[in-house]
This record gives sequence, C-alpha cells and structure tokens, in this order.
Amino acid sequence: MNGSQPISAAAIRFRDAQIEMAHGAGGKASRRLIEGLIAPILYQGVSRTLSDAAHVDVGGHRMAITTDGFVVSPLRFPGGSIGELAVNGTVNDLAVSGARAEILAVTLVLEAGLETRVLEAEMRAMAQAAQRAGVLVAAGDTKVVEHGKADKMYISTTGIGRAIPGVCVDPASIRPGDKILLSGPIGDHGITILLARGELDLAADLRSDTRSVLPLVEAVAAACGSAIRWMRDPTRGGVATSLNEVALDCRLGVVLEEERIPIRDEVRGACELLGLDPLHIANEGQFLAIVGAGEAARALSALRACAGGESSAMIGEVCDEPGGTVLVSTRYGGTRVVDMLVGDPLPRIC
Amino acid sequence: MKFVDEFREPHLITKAAEEIRRLADPKHHYRIMEVCGGHTHAIYRFGLKDILPENIELIHGPGCPVCVLPMGRIDDGLAIADDPNVIFAAFGDMMRVPGTQGSPLEHKARGKDVRIVYSPTDAIKLAQTNPEKHVVFFAIGFETTAPSTALTLLRAKSLGLKNFSVFCNHVTIIPAIRAILDSPDMRLDAFIGPGHCSTVIGCRPYEWIAQDQRKPIVVCGFEPLDLLQSIVMLLRQLRDGEAKVENQYKRVVPWEGNRAALKAMAQVFELRPYFEWRGLGFISQSALQIRKEFAAWNSEQRFTVPGVRVTDPKAAQCGEVLKGVLKPEQCKLFGKECSPEHPVGALMVSSEGSCAAYYNYQHRRALVPLTMSLSA
Repeated sequence: MNGSQPISAAAIRFRDAQIEMAHGAGGKASRRLIEGLIAPILYQGVSRTLSDAAHVDVGGHRMAITTDGFVVSPLRFPGGSIGELAVNGTVNDLAVSGARAEILAVTLVLEAGLETRVLEAEMRAMAQAAQRAGVLVAAGDTKVVEHGKADKMYISTTGIGRAIPGVCVDPASIRPGDKILLSGPIGDHGITILLARGELDLAADLRSDTRSVLPLVEAVAAACGSAIRWMRDPTRGGVATSLNEVALDCRLGVVLEEERIPIRDEVRGACELLGLDPLHIANEGQFLAIVGAGEAARALSALRACAGGESSAMIGEVCDEPGGTVLVSTRYGGTRVVDMLVGDPLPRIC
Repeated sequence: MKFVDEFREPHLITKAAEEIRRLADPKHHYRIMEVCGGHTHAIYRFGLKDILPENIELIHGPGCPVCVLPMGRIDDGLAIADDPNVIFAAFGDMMRVPGTQGSPLEHKARGKDVRIVYSPTDAIKLAQTNPEKHVVFFAIGFETTAPSTALTLLRAKSLGLKNFSVFCNHVTIIPAIRAILDSPDMRLDAFIGPGHCSTVIGCRPYEWIAQDQRKPIVVCGFEPLDLLQSIVMLLRQLRDGEAKVENQYKRVVPWEGNRAALKAMAQVFELRPYFEWRGLGFISQSALQIRKEFAAWNSEQRFTVPGVRVTDPKAAQCGEVLKGVLKPEQCKLFGKECSPEHPVGALMVSSEGSCAAYYNYQHRRALVPLTMSLSA
C-alpha cells in the first residue's frame, strides 16, 4: 500500500450530512457509507474487493482476518445472546470467505451500572460458543463508559483464520447458470429479535438461528471446494441484500424461485402481519453459496447430509440479464424485483 | 398458513387468470382503478401484472394514507416534535416521509424524541410511563385506522391522562374517490374497492359510484386470488352492462360495516370543513377533526403549529401519480432524484405508495426467460 498517495476528493462520494440509523442497517445506505467514505480513506486509493474477510499472505500461509461489532438489544433472546452472536458472527464471516477461524480477540464496551451477573452470563456464552466453533479467544480489551452513554454492553470481535485449502471465493468467477444454495430457513433471527423487544404484542415459538456455519461450509468444501464461486452469511439486510451485492459485484442477474426458499410459518406469519419481506430479515446462522451448475447437486447433498443442513435448498440461479438485479419468480409465473434493504425494516400501519 | 395459503394456490390463480382472459374483450382497453395502496403493493409483490392480459390496465388510486398527506402537515407535526418536552409517536410508515426539514427519522437522529409505535394505545403507554413528558400521537389513515385513534382518545379521556394528545390527520375515502371521478382526464371503467377501509364503513357508501356514475365497484381482499377474482367480477359486470357494488371480501367486510367502530368514530370525530390532500388539493368535508369535548387531547389545540402550506418540489409529479394520471415511471424524478433511499415525495416512501411499489418490485425489470432447472 502506498501511504503517501493523496486521496482524491472524487473518491469520497458520501454526501449525507450526518449518520442515520439506516447507515448501520446493512442495506444500501451502509454500502454507500463504506464505499463512499470509509474505504476510500482507509484503503488510501488501493482498490480492494469489499467482502466478509480479507485474505492475506503471511509467510507463505494464506490467512484471513475480519472484525465485527455487536450491539443487539435485548442482550438475551430466545435461542441466543449477544455473547454467542459475537463469536458466531465472526467465525461465520471467516467461514464464508473460505477460512476456518483459529483465534479471536474481543473488545468489550460496558455501560457503568451493568450488572456483573449479566456480564458473567455473556462471557460464559462466548466461551461456550468459542468451544463449539473450535476457536481460541486469545486477546481482549475492556472499556467502561458512563451510564447512558452505551446500551448495557457492546462487543467487538476480531477473528483470524486459515484459508480452507481448495476454496477460492471470488465474485468475478461467477458465470450464468451457476446455482444458488441456501443453508436453511430464513428470517428466524430478525423476527425473534423483533418479537423479543416486546413492542409488538406478538408471540411466536421462534428462536434465533445463531450458530457457526463452519461445519456446513466445510462439508460443501469437502464435496466440491473448487466449484464454490462465492459465499455470504446474509445477516443484516437479509438474503435480498447479500444477493443484490453479489449481483452488482459480478454484473450478472440472480433469479430466485420463491417457493424454494425455506421459511418457517412463524416467520412468514410475522412478516405478513408487519408488512416485511422475509428476504430482508437478518439471519445469524445461515449462508448462501453460489456454485458451478455441474457441482450444485453434489454440494446440496453434502449440505443436507451435514447436521443442521437438512433443510438446505437450491433457491435460484445466476443469469445474464438483467445485470445487477435480483428477481424472484412467484408461484404463479409472475416476477418481481427484490432490491437491497433501504433503511431499517419498519412495520407498516395497515 | 391459514387464511393466506388458500388465496395463493397456484392452480386457483391460473384458473382465475384463464377466466379473466375469457371475459376480457380483446377489442376493449380496460382501465380499472385499485383505490387502495395495499392493493397496489399486492399487485406488484405477487407479479400479477404478468398474469393479466395486456388490455387490462390497472391504475393506482389515492388510497395511501401517508402519500396523500401534504408536506405542510408533516412540518406541523415535526414542529411539535421540536418541543424538548414532547415525545413524538408515529407509525413506522411515517418515519421516512420527508418534511421540509427532513423526515421524522432524521429528526430522531438529530436528538428529537421520536418513537415508532405499532398501535395508538402504545402511545398511551408511553404517556403513562413518561409522566414528565407530553406524548403526541401523529394519527394518519383512512377509516381503517381512525377507529383505533377514536378508542385511544376515549381511553385517554376516561383515564384523565393529562400528558397525551393526538395530532389528527385522518381522512375519509369517499371524497377522494369523488375527486378522482370529477377529474376530467380520468376515463375509468371500474373500481377495485378498498378492503381494510370497508371493514369499517361497509359497502353502502359506494352505492353512488354504481348508481350515479355507472361504474362497477368490487370491494376486494389483498391476496392474489382476491384481486383476480375481483377483476373477474368487474369484467362480468362490464360484459353484462351492469354497474353494482359487489363484495368479494365477504370473509372480512360486512355489508353494513362495523357499527361499534363507526360509533366510536362519531363520538370522537367530526368532519373538517376542508382539508388539503397532496395532488388533489383542498377537498371539503374530506377529513376528520377531534370534537370539542376532546379538545384537551387535541394537539392542534394544545400546541401552536406553523400551519404553513408547503408545495411539493416543483419537478415532482406526486399529484399526477396519486390521481392515476401518470404512472410512477412517467414522473421526471422517478428513479433519479427520487428513490426509496432519497425520497422526494411520500409515494416513494410508504410501502403502499405506488412509486415505492413500482421501484421495489418492477424497476430495472426485464423479461427473463425462466427456464431454470433446480430439481437437483
């Protein structure tokens, strides 16, 4: 990297006067902020692909590094908690970049007044998740801010991993005809959190899907590693946003078949009531993969044979046109465009 | 999922689509207006346009409560929100609607206390848990949401709640339809009648459309099969030279409406002499105001609002789109200066706005030969 190179004013395209919640919601606004302000300054004009983790060569070994911040409210929710998310989220970002997490560093930002038992519970949740994912928490830092200056606790985790041999994800390698695989039902996490906030007077038997997807990624890698073109864990912004990003990156189209997308009735029901699109809802334990058409069936059987991958599905394919766009074909032969999430998903009134 | 899947059965959809093809006279170009924004949304979301024959044109009507609100009212509401003692509560739909100085969401980011509520009664809870603050509920909607605001005001009164008031922007559907029919540039064949709103007002208020204007109208549900079946019913009426009010949404809409809801509305609200609608201008007796007996809970009585008329940005053609004169993509700003991320007009914001629906579901769409073989 050439540090002395001046950053051209043209590279900074972000013009919003202030940061809004939407800039953190994982959709269009987030992408504009990162590509228009953060990356041009920090990367100093060096062009890099923005993906879940960066792969670097360290002494002849291909290593991967990523970092992620967790600010979920409430801290605990059915199926998981912030501590568990903080480990799985980073393990998953590495996994979908084609790397196995080895080491984690943890930063805690705590609000004065946080009960010790709450912190202890989250540390135990982190330790258990780390053990399950086979990753070592090797370093950390703790900061405390005044009461009211943070919402109980924030966690940031940085993960270092080793590249999984034979796997090389690159949106540029995607070809028309490639198939899109999804590891399981969508929307569980986002809807669970929405309901756990208790603002909706809605109840459903739902749990967050937070988990490490590494075993599933490794199963596909073992079956047909070289056929994997791209992977992503569709967290904030959901499946729609992840697929729109890849469609823009590879300038090809994506067509999904609505009825093949696995989704629980509880999630569908909540989305119907609230006017949300499940394709925009966050997941914390799923991943999307684009694989070469010839190997897709093998990849899908490998996923389905893996514990936790039973409901994986082939949900669509890559096509020439319309480039940069995600389409969904409905069950009756109609189609609609599915755009990236704009802002936070807000329930409608009627 | 019960009450949903039955109305999305592919073979029933195909049958209804075939029936429409049989009924539609290939020599006639049908212009059918769906009044309600919820229908517009469903039409795009389910890709129904692809299933309909080309000579059936669906025109989007004015039934999107967020869209018809002129910018001046949003500014008035946000002027109240500027009071540091106020918690400003509104439905999620309102949050991104632009006022002159930004949307409620932008006001929130600047430190104003703006909250999303899912029901007006949540705003009452806010008032009870924040006794040192005054909670203002920004009420919007047609007769669909007006009863819940009415019940909320009745409750506020019975609780003797002193720190709660409603900024009322409720409008009524019939004058809007009348304004559309009075518009000289509209040549409509028939109406798909609003579903949710009719659960409250029933079907009788539409009778003049059939009797005086000789236009068929079918009150319709929001699932794909509801919409297709309503189009079948309208085409049958047109074929037979009839004009009547029919109720396709019988599972929800009683012919006489919801008496309890209407009673609560009558107790709390009266007609405003006139109200400004975006695109349609001032329409007399087209909106609701809070009765004197509830003045203590009327934000317009408790706060001074600027009450300034704000015209829409010149280039924006929201009014023409709202009236159905222009299609969303025919507006000069569509997809350029105006997009869901940077909305110039409310039609690009609300999930029921036709511009947002068109942008989200149709924009950039090209015909794709769907020859996928996913049966792995």
